[in-house]
Amino acid sequence: MIVDILISACLVISGIFGLVGSIGLIKLPDPMMRLHAPTKATTLGVGGALVASMLYFEFVLGRFSFHELMITLFLFLTAPITGHFIAKTHLHLLHRPEDLPPTGSERPWASYESDEARAAIETPETAASEAAGKGE
Amino acid sequence: MLHKILPHPYLTLLLIVVWQMLVNKVTPGNLLLGTILGVLIPRITTPYWPNTPRLRSIPRIVEYVLIVLWDICVANVQVAWIILFRSNANTRPAWVAIPLELKTPEAITVLAGTITLTPGTVSSDLSADGRSLLVHCLDAPDPEAVRDQIKARYERRLMEIFE
Repeated sequence: MIVDILISACLVISGIFGLVGSIGLIKLPDPMMRLHAPTKATTLGVGGALVASMLYFEFVLGRFSFHELMITLFLFLTAPITGHFIAKTHLHLLHRPEDLPPTGSERPWASYESDEARAAIETPETAASEAAGKGE
Repeated sequence: MLHKILPHPYLTLLLIVVWQMLVNKVTPGNLLLGTILGVLIPRITTPYWPNTPRLRSIPRIVEYVLIVLWDICVANVQVAWIILFRSNANTRPAWVAIPLELKTPEAITVLAGTITLTPGTVSSDLSADGRSLLVHCLDAPDPEAVRDQIKARYERRLMEIFE
């Protein structure tokens, strides 16, 4: 009985957060802000459903299930990477480097630095060591 | 010698545990297969992992994970509140540059992941010299407070774990 209530509560919470995430996707005005809304659906929304599933397997079917922990681990590993890719695509489509805050050094944000500029800064050491290697 | 066979002992341990969890049953056969995978995969992928990150203390890692999980719950509620009850005109999105004291690539990766996982902030880019992180905030009337909070709450703890 208590377990049933707990499982139902987890499912309802996960449903609410999934719904709020989707509402945010529609309501928020620009793509960068919309990116924040689905992060909710993957953390508390999916998390609630996973906790409910673990409780169900443990107390109703009487066997422990690791799969929910695995799903959590893989979600937590992949969600930031997806977010990072979408954010970068958005930066390059709709923002100019001047819109962003300064990096605090002479070099720009990594994805705005051209390959030539990076090569000019980062290769002197390797170029020097290669030259030394050829000399021997 | 041991280092030759097991270049990344933590990774080996993690792979064995993950394998048991994936098959959902701990039997001698699964343990053996997990161990084989745990020894082979780190050796094959060694070229991509030139340095072994040193982890200072296990209790600190547990503390960090618990704090992040708690923050995810709190921040979820905050963002849900913003979405449902705040008009778009009153929401103040902001870009924040966070100067980094962390040097280890692994530590910066964990920090960027943490920032994205806690809703309301998404890490978007790293400066070319790896010294600051670009973060987008959903609602930050005071961007400096967000910066200070991330530095004090997450970066300081990661410094203790990784460096």
